[in-house]
Amino acid sequence: MIPESLRENSLAMAFEGVAAAATFAFSELTIEVEPANILNALRLAKHEQGFERLSTVTGVDRYPAEPRFEIVYHLQSIAKKQRLRLKARLSGENPEIESAFAVYRSANWYEREVFDLFGVRFLNHPDMTRIMMPADWVGHPLRKDYPVTGTRY
Amino acid sequence: MGDANDSAVLTDGGITSELEVEQDYEQHKHDGSGVRSMVLNMGPQHPSTHGVLRLLLELDGETILKAAPDIGYLHTGIEKEFEVKTYQQGVTLTDRIDYLAPLSNNLVYCLAGEKLLGLEIPPLAQWTRVMLAEFTRLNSHLVWLGTHAIDIGAMSVFLYCFREREEILRIFEMFSGQRMMTSYFRIGGLALEPPRGWQKRVKDFIDIFPSRVDEYEDLLTNNGIWTGRTKGIGYIPLEDMIDLGVTGPMLRAAGLKIDIRKDAPYSSYEKFDFEVPTRTENDVFARYLVRIEEMRQSAKIIRQALEGMPSGSHQADAPGIVLPDREKMKTQMESLIYHFKIVTEGFRVPEGEVYQAVESPRGEVGVYMVSDGTQKPYRVHWRGPSFGNLQAIPKMIEGTLIADVIAGLGSMDFVLGDTDR
Repeated sequence: MIPESLRENSLAMAFEGVAAAATFAFSELTIEVEPANILNALRLAKHEQGFERLSTVTGVDRYPAEPRFEIVYHLQSIAKKQRLRLKARLSGENPEIESAFAVYRSANWYEREVFDLFGVRFLNHPDMTRIMMPADWVGHPLRKDYPVTGTRY
Repeated sequence: MGDANDSAVLTDGGITSELEVEQDYEQHKHDGSGVRSMVLNMGPQHPSTHGVLRLLLELDGETILKAAPDIGYLHTGIEKEFEVKTYQQGVTLTDRIDYLAPLSNNLVYCLAGEKLLGLEIPPLAQWTRVMLAEFTRLNSHLVWLGTHAIDIGAMSVFLYCFREREEILRIFEMFSGQRMMTSYFRIGGLALEPPRGWQKRVKDFIDIFPSRVDEYEDLLTNNGIWTGRTKGIGYIPLEDMIDLGVTGPMLRAAGLKIDIRKDAPYSSYEKFDFEVPTRTENDVFARYLVRIEEMRQSAKIIRQALEGMPSGSHQADAPGIVLPDREKMKTQMESLIYHFKIVTEGFRVPEGEVYQAVESPRGEVGVYMVSDGTQKPYRVHWRGPSFGNLQAIPKMIEGTLIADVIAGLGSMDFVLGDTDR
């Protein structure tokens, strides 16, 4: 649902059908969607609103709050010189979401990074393997319950 | 998986994984096509991969059949480190991410923090930031040109570029005390006042620099060996580049006039008069020409900053955020208390999230900063340009020769620190 304060914002209103929430702060628009709707939102952004580029896909761990993981997509429209942020929240138990690779190929490595460092699985991703950490690493380093320093024997 | 409208669903030479390389090799062994391929590692220790990049290559003689980049060898957990340091301490981490353009990194991080805090940065600080950011661009492009040329075989260009770079590093040392990891920008302005006499040093440099760029062009642009090695090499279609996450000079060499300094100006770039060079041939030679012209444009911006530098304070008027003047700190109680609180505890940043992007020499460098109202960031995500650019490697090199891989990788100008963080 787009809040009252953003009813004048045409870009926000374009996402009315898929948005669970929307905020506008620091001159940036953030649209929050249900994880099941993420591909619809991305397709809407790319094909109808002209956001040709996906800048980055990243995660934020809100441990111990639930839903624990926020998957954040930053989109850019080169022609309209606009940026947009899409967010989806996932629970800490078995976090899974559809891969954005189907819409933006640049999501490939970014999603591998989120999988590697947060443990979020992306469904239908062509190569869901670790990218930064060695292949046999146990644990997901960017989670809040993972220590900053330590020794592994 | 995808619907009919999706532009790309699967690999078309666009994305390759290690598994695919191995499967392709197995298939060639058994399918009786007569192709005898070999899977080799290029890297992670290789002088021409510009860092610790491992390319898994399936080769048929010298032709690349399939390639898969493997990164993560320089991963140092910088994003996690940001979360345990105060905002001001985080500036020193940023230098080391893209170690060839440290001031660009400082700039994007400080701009993100200033956006969250709503700080107004005085003109002197903004113009100095622009000037030093352009020096950083020169710094980075000189390293790029030197190493790219030496990979292809032009050894003397490397020495000439580093001669100029030496003077730039001395200028950085004059401003911040450090040659490379300057950490000169802080949230709120500059760390220190610009030193006395900097105008003369910068003027001496900028007076001779354009002739030096002409020297590099003399050596390379009409050189038969250079053009033979770089023309027609490293082509990636523009739509594929955008879809794969490439930014920066590679897009400009394909004809797209995109530059964050013009599209979404920051730190008073709108007050400077400069061109964004583009070419259309979309090969290694075009990228070379684009970067050479960018060096000339950076020199132009530096000259404008030198001649028009405003006067005033080098820091914002925000006593709880910006360190007070050293002398005041020693004599006034208020300043002492502010200094103590900022250094020991750090300053609080309002809750919120911002994404700030800046045009680094490599492309779009972005910081996604999430604050929870305390003195340490909750999450800092670094969008490194090289991470996006490297995704396009398989598309660029599959089907070409190993020697073209070297030229192509050089033209991409990536830095592994940016990629792996």
